[in-house]
Amino acid sequence: MSAIDIKFAGPLCSLQDSGRMGFLRYGVTESGPMDRQAFTILAEMLESETDFNAIEVSLGGLVIRANQTLTLGFCGGDFNLSIDGDALASWGVFTLHAGKSLTIRAGDSGSWGYLGCLGGFDARPWLGSTSSHLASGLCGGYLQAGDQLDVAQVLPREDLICALPIPSFSRFSREVRIVLGPQDGLFSDAVKQALFQDIFTVTRESDRMGMRMSGPSLAPNDALSIPSEAIIRGAVQVPGHGDPIILLADHQTTGGYPKIATVITCDQDTVGQARAGDQVQFVQVSVDDAIQATRDRAAQVKHWISEIPTHRGSLAEKLNRVNLISGVVGPDGISRH
Amino acid sequence: MTMTFQAVGDSGVMLRFGDYIDDAVHAQVLAMDNAITAAGLPGVRELVPSFTALLVIYNPYETQYQALVQAISGLSVGVSTQSDAKEWIIPTCYEGEFAPDLQDVADQCGLGTDAVINAHANSVFHLYMYGFAPGYGYLGGTPTEIQLPRKQAPVRDIPKGAVMIAGPQCIVTTMVMPSGWWVIGRTAFDVFQPFADNPFPIAVGDSIRFKRLSMDDFTREVQA
Repeated sequence: MSAIDIKFAGPLCSLQDSGRMGFLRYGVTESGPMDRQAFTILAEMLESETDFNAIEVSLGGLVIRANQTLTLGFCGGDFNLSIDGDALASWGVFTLHAGKSLTIRAGDSGSWGYLGCLGGFDARPWLGSTSSHLASGLCGGYLQAGDQLDVAQVLPREDLICALPIPSFSRFSREVRIVLGPQDGLFSDAVKQALFQDIFTVTRESDRMGMRMSGPSLAPNDALSIPSEAIIRGAVQVPGHGDPIILLADHQTTGGYPKIATVITCDQDTVGQARAGDQVQFVQVSVDDAIQATRDRAAQVKHWISEIPTHRGSLAEKLNRVNLISGVVGPDGISRH
Repeated sequence: MTMTFQAVGDSGVMLRFGDYIDDAVHAQVLAMDNAITAAGLPGVRELVPSFTALLVIYNPYETQYQALVQAISGLSVGVSTQSDAKEWIIPTCYEGEFAPDLQDVADQCGLGTDAVINAHANSVFHLYMYGFAPGYGYLGGTPTEIQLPRKQAPVRDIPKGAVMIAGPQCIVTTMVMPSGWWVIGRTAFDVFQPFADNPFPIAVGDSIRFKRLSMDDFTREVQA
């Protein structure tokens, strides 16, 4: 019997690890999580190895039933979780006992969440990764009711249990930082001005490949077809219709449509959490500022991760820990915290 | 050599060598691809060559745009001699159900179907880049007399192994995908072998010829 039965899966739920790097030159997109930041945090919550994978849960939600007792973790967005009707923290590590069902439903915000299992899910890797390559069906497709997943068997670990606050840096933010280019030269000054001065709205035409925005038309100067060239994740591509599309985890590796700008790495994760109707204001930054912002965010995530252990354990264990810490008094008579 | 640099977000450098598809430009792309690979520049994650450009993807936690531009500018780049380029033969059946667009191509080009087949099978193609989907290699070399713009609208469910053309280009499909290109043949040759040690046997820069197979020969080959 498999460890987990999928009882219900909304559209676009799939298994993802950190991604399939190194094959863009062969037409293979990276895949991997839409929100890499949340995925990184989940891996740390479960003290995982580098080849950790998780179920990426979409806005449509997910219901699973455990056939053996498992230590699971969830984070990303602000979803509503419950086990047989009892609510859990949106972000945390918990035990799902054999025979119990976990229900994950869209909450107040966010579009993507990550459900991980201690030890990871069993999957046959392709090109060194267990991320579903959804365009080809290689390495699995979208999860569906009736699917079963096995786990690399590990004993449950009660000491990992925690309920975490949702960090503000992980939430969708209206301001999305971009670096102009690599084909901004194909757009008029008026269009570039509109890109920064106007507001864009996230449309329903959004998936793992990209998010289509509506707003002022950003049509390029002429429909001149440029030779296909490589595309990077975060590219703001403008096809003939003039609506920008932010390309994300499953983007095509090459394309001939002009890219007016590129969303900086750390903002790709948060803009991906936007929902249809959310509004975006693009903010121009220099390359140097973009790199600094991405490094700063990584430091912020690292610091936040370092605080996870203070949230672990049962209530009794946490109280005990607080007493122990506040009981430490230095030679100068001042309590150390 | 004229090469321009452009930042792509906080983790890419686009190197451009020209505006139009051209063998000399592509040779420069490949030469720089080789030079950067050989130099093992710190922080470089991936290189993606295309017709006229090379995208260098870097890890923004390990290096920075300006540092990388300087390092790349300082590389000594040989002219790509293509000495390690291989030549591949792709046996192709241009008949019946395998060539649904052959008659259309012939009609639009004012040629007979045999002339279209001969034009295709007598040309030497060159792999410029991969893109779109795993193993989709963009071949250049479709002769002018059979060049057509792509169809008005893509057709669904083009099967794996379809040999199709559009403009000066040609592609052998590797999975079922929609396409607006003209399907003129079918091959059993796997240009993409997902679970082989090297899933992408044909390298960018290699040359390719198509060998005409009769339906009978094709059937025998598939069954062999």
